[in-house]
Amino acid sequence: MELWQNIPFFCILFSLASAAFTSVLPVKHARRTAFIVISAVALMSALLIVKILPTGTSYTYMMGHYPAPWGNEIRAGILEAVTALIFSLIMLFSLFGGLSRLDEHIPDKQNLYYVMLELLLTALLAQIYSNDLFTCYVFVEIMTIAACSLITARSIRSITLVAATRYMLMNLLGSGLFLLGLTLLYDLTGHLLMSNIQEQVTAIAAAGAYQQPLTVVIVLISIGLAIKSALFPFHTWLPDAYGYSTPTSSAVLSSLVSKGYIFLLIKIIYRCIGFEVFASTRITDILFIFGLVGIIMGSVSAIREKDIRRMVSFSSVAQIGYIFMGIGMGSENGMVAAIFHIFAHAAAKSMLFLSTSGLVEVSGDSKMFRDLRGAGYRNPWAGVAFTIGSFSMVGIPFLGGFISKLYFATSAMAMPPESMMLVMLVLAASTILNTIYFLKTVITLYRPPMDGVEYPEFRPAKSFVFAMVCLSAANIALGVCSQPIIEAIRSGLHMFA
Amino acid sequence: MLDNLLINSEEAAAIILFGIGFTTLLLQRNMIKKIIGFGMMDSAIYLFLAAKGYIDGRKAPIVVNGVTEMEAYINPVPSGLVLTGIVVSVSVTALMLALTVRLYRRYHSLDIDEITALSRKEEP
Repeated sequence: MELWQNIPFFCILFSLASAAFTSVLPVKHARRTAFIVISAVALMSALLIVKILPTGTSYTYMMGHYPAPWGNEIRAGILEAVTALIFSLIMLFSLFGGLSRLDEHIPDKQNLYYVMLELLLTALLAQIYSNDLFTCYVFVEIMTIAACSLITARSIRSITLVAATRYMLMNLLGSGLFLLGLTLLYDLTGHLLMSNIQEQVTAIAAAGAYQQPLTVVIVLISIGLAIKSALFPFHTWLPDAYGYSTPTSSAVLSSLVSKGYIFLLIKIIYRCIGFEVFASTRITDILFIFGLVGIIMGSVSAIREKDIRRMVSFSSVAQIGYIFMGIGMGSENGMVAAIFHIFAHAAAKSMLFLSTSGLVEVSGDSKMFRDLRGAGYRNPWAGVAFTIGSFSMVGIPFLGGFISKLYFATSAMAMPPESMMLVMLVLAASTILNTIYFLKTVITLYRPPMDGVEYPEFRPAKSFVFAMVCLSAANIALGVCSQPIIEAIRSGLHMFA
Repeated sequence: MLDNLLINSEEAAAIILFGIGFTTLLLQRNMIKKIIGFGMMDSAIYLFLAAKGYIDGRKAPIVVNGVTEMEAYINPVPSGLVLTGIVVSVSVTALMLALTVRLYRRYHSLDIDEITALSRKEEP
């Protein structure tokens, strides 16, 4: 074994250990530690990509002294490394972008916020790399708890508290279903390591035995994780949770937490159940329909909002719908489009939440559209970033969102005619709806402010400008150089199987 | 059908309990009842795991009196999973109870719908 193969394990251990240390550090050092940890994870993931690419295969890493099928394992391929890199980079930029507001939103015990952020990173990495189903469950729960604390970190009266409670209630339902599905799967196959489970599931499916239990398992796991990642109609907690927390939390929650669960679902589909078995149960159709409905309903709810942050939150519901539509297409191209959309949406939505907070800051802390008029002039960086982010979500060429829509449309071509028409219609309708609410906002930002309102001079913080520039660059990079990433996703999916 | 249920009576009971817990968590409006529902839901899964790991006539996998044959003991893995799961559900329950206490102090109510309505009213 070579030294670089320790990277996934070291990333997880490093962020977990520093989370423990951060709890006793003073705020200034805690903040510095968080930056160092997240950047180090990003750097190491980049190194892992460089090392894995030439080998062209994935590898497993034995944890402890027990070999498979008894011990615990980590598994890393190109898709895992790319996901870890993108997620850690987005977390880093989100922290930079929200830094200037953190002191105001979390006046005391701010070091605990960094603890939760590091725990969240640990949970994300563990879900990305772990090859053991039960370990994944434990880290799913850790991520839920960390995300709940990120929501409650800012207390505006008790709104965030109520939002976090409702978030937890919905998430507990999801974890319960996921845990039951996992238990039944263990019962069916007798294994917890994903590779061994897949062997058994393939054998069971080939023998035609246990059809019903297997379907139940797949339904439970898919629905459980879909609830946790806020697929329509399980999204009711989402606008409150994303709309009132501190900007860094909103950005991290919308772009990473829900995506972590979806990544886990995709991993389970490929690594545990096998794509053919999964597609043959027709659960894909259910995810497909809910995805389509979610796209439309999310956009319609976003149009009705008068509060800019809740509007951006509802747009997340629509984007999650796109991802599940891609998974529900039941083809490899659909899956590639879904994974690319995870990245594109993560880059765009974190930028939208952060720039929104920058715009709100210069408008007398009001999130209502009528007060946001002219905010694009008062905080030009946030205005430009918001414009780029909304263009990406609408699907303007040269931005990440366009590429994923293109891939969704091309993969729909291979479907039966009725489904293809449905996808095309929904894509067209949602593009129009997206345009309505995003362009409306952009135009509002550049309209002259209402008469008689004077705003004080504003200088954006350097960290905020840095985050906006980096995230804009990431969005443009995803749109212009999408080919290597698509190739990486495709070869990563082949390594999965 | 009925024979299968009788053979797997523990598992059947576990699934029924899971259903009761799940619906309680989903439909009850009282936070404490919701948390009780969550507890039932998770315990049902532990019952299921424990029932699956148990083999008739064998002992808990703790080596005593130097008996090391595999046939003497039950499958230890599900017991380990139950232990891990209990740790997870204890921490989640603690967090939920803490949230409930904070909400009760603020709104003097345990009804989540009422709390949501009250918090909507004081929205900025």
